[in-house]
Amino acid sequence: MLDTALWISLALILMALALNVYRLIVGPDMPDRLLALDTMYVNSIALIVLLGLWLNTKTYFEAALLIAMLGFISTVAVCKYLLRGDIIE
Amino acid sequence: MTYYVILEGVIAFFLVAGGAFTFIGSLGMAHFRDFYMRLHGPTKATTMGIGSTLVASMLYFGVIESQPVVQEMLITLFLFITAPVSAHLLAKTGLHLQLRHADKTRGKPVELRKEEIGEKPVPHPDKGHG
Repeated sequence: MLDTALWISLALILMALALNVYRLIVGPDMPDRLLALDTMYVNSIALIVLLGLWLNTKTYFEAALLIAMLGFISTVAVCKYLLRGDIIE
Repeated sequence: MTYYVILEGVIAFFLVAGGAFTFIGSLGMAHFRDFYMRLHGPTKATTMGIGSTLVASMLYFGVIESQPVVQEMLITLFLFITAPVSAHLLAKTGLHLQLRHADKTRGKPVELRKEEIGEKPVPHPDKGHG
């Protein structure tokens, strides 16, 4: 049962990532692409959690934590750049 | 024995729910028409989806494997704190860049003055004659 659920969840998250890539390429404006990147890192964290469940190890969860922190910081940095034309004033 | 079967069912439910919510969030982001509508999908549904996936992982590693679940708790806490902040900043960026939006999307950015959205400028009340 857990095996089937893992495969279903993996397929859904991969489709979500494909939709994110679509919005990242097509997105008419800069904030759309930024939103797509923001969603992409959250989805990649879900993918890492699934990998941890699949391999029955928690080694990669620190990488997920790092992705969460750095993704947020990079989103804020690009937002500040688009808002003010500068990151650190 | 039965306990473990029920627990496995609960974990499977949370995994599938997490995948479904993540997919629905990204589908909304790919499908909606303007930026302010697109902002709804990832900031709500995707956060819910990653929360469900992490709850499944917490149940698996915490109850079945009897390992500490500090990392999942940290990831959940961090994502749930930062998602609204980044959504707020993204909405602010969209308002600042004055993105095109559908007619149904109501409301104007409050920081813009009248002359910036193509209307007649309003004289300052202190001056009296503008």
